[in-house]
Amino acid sequence: MGAGHAHPLHLPRESVVHRLPPQIKIVAAFLGVLCVVATPREAFPVFAGYLAVLVGVWVAARIPPGWILRRSLIEAPFVVLAVLLPFTGPGPQVEWLGLTLSEPGLLGAWNILVKGTLGVLTSLTLAATTPMRDLLVGLQRLHAPAMVTTITTLMLRYMEVIAGEARRMRLARLSRGHDPRFLWQAGATARGVGALFLRSYERGERVHLAMLSRGWTGAMPVLTADTTTRADWVRGLAPVGIAALLAVTGWVIA
Amino acid sequence: MVTAMHMSDGLVNAPTALLFGAIAVVGLAFCLMRARADLDERTAPMAGLVTAFVFAVQMINFPILPGASGHLLGGALVAILVGPYVGAVCIAIVLLVQALLFADGGLTALGTNVTNMALIGVFTGYGVALLLRRLARRGKGGLVATAFVAAFVNTVVASLGFVLQYAAGGAGGASLGTVFALMVGLHALIGIGEGVITAATVGAVAAVRPDLVYLLRGTAPALVRKEASA
Repeated sequence: MGAGHAHPLHLPRESVVHRLPPQIKIVAAFLGVLCVVATPREAFPVFAGYLAVLVGVWVAARIPPGWILRRSLIEAPFVVLAVLLPFTGPGPQVEWLGLTLSEPGLLGAWNILVKGTLGVLTSLTLAATTPMRDLLVGLQRLHAPAMVTTITTLMLRYMEVIAGEARRMRLARLSRGHDPRFLWQAGATARGVGALFLRSYERGERVHLAMLSRGWTGAMPVLTADTTTRADWVRGLAPVGIAALLAVTGWVIA
Repeated sequence: MVTAMHMSDGLVNAPTALLFGAIAVVGLAFCLMRARADLDERTAPMAGLVTAFVFAVQMINFPILPGASGHLLGGALVAILVGPYVGAVCIAIVLLVQALLFADGGLTALGTNVTNMALIGVFTGYGVALLLRRLARRGKGGLVATAFVAAFVNTVVASLGFVLQYAAGGAGGASLGTVFALMVGLHALIGIGEGVITAATVGAVAAVRPDLVYLLRGTAPALVRKEASA
């Protein structure tokens, strides 16, 4: 399993952000988004400030903003709910281009859109600068239970294998003329899912036996020695500090 | 379209996000404790492969109507196949990896997402399946019907979790009634798809390896004997 440990949202670069210990990045991402979510929605300029902080991190990480923005479109599903709000929300109403829109509804939609977007941009920044292996190291150093890190390690190792198997099964169905359009035609897909479960489980049994025969005792070895310094934490949490100041500003001006 | 279940950041306010984050952590700690009865540390690799399966399954689209397709969430499926405790842990890890590596579902919404899909979803599915266990053990038809009902109820009840969180700290301007009607209506439709696929999948697994179906464990159901003699 030497190859295939990259994930589609990872952007390999040589930068300060990429080199930062992963546990700091995970903590920073969580705290940063928490600041965004805690900001009152009426504090409009503060959200521009958050975006500026993110742009600063992208510059430091040498990620082109276009690369991130293109990938931020995955956010789409909840935008639907946001678009409905101005039409379904309660009064007072405002007129705009001949449409009667609800003012609380508009604010609600803005709230979901701006916080959701900043959240996705933060997640993308974390994903772009952190390879899978580092994520596991980060979880381990954040003292996630051993069973969680073991299951996650195996899951990440075999995710591509199982997904590849699912893709090949789909290709096999398509090449045999499978073209379902209605739910009641989904039988072949479902039998494929059943077969995929059996293959995954039986592969799990084989992997488990192979691990036992190589001396698996039930504990993941420590992957890398932790050389995190206080300076790393200060550097990694600096953007969060700015975000916290912005959140406080938001509370004051709103 | 089924990804509507993955909440993004900003849908609920910060205190609600933190509250459900705490609920998710406590619930998962309990599940981890109980999962040890079903698998110890040494057999954890198997759970890893089941988790990879759940991840892959969420990428398989099935048709609902022309132009509209959905994918499986898998809550009731794993509850029936590997049991509720291991199942909840698997789904929670999938959600964690999706949030951290794939930007799918907000980071602050991780607590609400885990509560809805891993805790409420899996345990509702398993509870329904347990209630119908006598039907499930009667034969393949019973098992398939049980799986359908469990997956349908699981999907609808998990969406009620969203309504609950919206009521507790929703940040939008929609009235609770609108959100309730929208979410429950949408997820009743999605639940039918989830039910059909779950039922067919459980049926396919039970036909080949009935010993792997957690729900059938413990007794010697007619299904096993029939398959063993074949």
